[in-house]
Amino acid sequence: MVQCPSPPLDLTFAALSDATRRGIIDQLARADASITSLADRFQMTLTGMKKHVQVLERAGLVVTQKVGRVRTCTLGQRGLKAEAEWIETHRKLFEARFDALDAIISEMKPEESDGSAS
Amino acid sequence: MDQQASGENGARDRTSVERLGDRELLVTRTFDAPPSIVYRAWSQPALFQRWWVPKSATGVSLISCDMDVRTGGKYRLEFSAGGPESMAFYGKYLEVVPNERIVWTNDEGEEGAITTVTFEDQGGKTLLRFHEIYPSAAALEEALQGSAAGLPEQLDQLDMLVSGQGA
Repeated sequence: MVQCPSPPLDLTFAALSDATRRGIIDQLARADASITSLADRFQMTLTGMKKHVQVLERAGLVVTQKVGRVRTCTLGQRGLKAEAEWIETHRKLFEARFDALDAIISEMKPEESDGSAS
Repeated sequence: MDQQASGENGARDRTSVERLGDRELLVTRTFDAPPSIVYRAWSQPALFQRWWVPKSATGVSLISCDMDVRTGGKYRLEFSAGGPESMAFYGKYLEVVPNERIVWTNDEGEEGAITTVTFEDQGGKTLLRFHEIYPSAAALEEALQGSAAGLPEQLDQLDMLVSGQGA
């Protein structure tokens, strides 16, 4: 199947408007998964899961590949990028916080230590 | 991993953020001080408010900070972005074990996370784990998107600020 390089934004928004589909993206961000295992995880029929995956696939968020009887789903580039951005932004916030905390801790250390100064 | 960074202000990537499952987020960082000190900086309001909100960078300042850090105690943090309106974050402490762990609720939203922070002694250093579990996958996603809304630019300024004041 040919992958559209840049699906219309509407498709992306529509794809992400559904909680299950957002859950699928979350899931695939951690590991590739077969349609069957996704259906299991989200307690859904195989047919229902196929439909969700198709929507995500059309939006370029998920790529699927059939090997033998198993269709494996992988996060598409767009999905990966969004995921990475979320994580990175969160990381930056905590990095900033913890750098500030680090500075305060190093101020505190001398007062705390019981070791007698010579 | 510290080795990737070079030079004195090579403080990047010491904080790791990862998702565990579809409702959990784990942030870890090691501090060069024993848990008793890190715990104190976390549990004393006067210290806590100096680092929790990177105010000079975000344009947001903490206008009040009430923390009754004991099991069953409550907290309330109020922020102001300069305008007349303030924003409050509040909840209660579900479990407090001094120098070891603090667990609290985030009650300002409908689908708030339960946050657990643990302080683990590692030969005089502290491995800090900040763990959030959300009631649903969608809630975690919303939280991530919320934090992604306006911060990146300001955080870059903060990066400079913090690396400047290090040591």
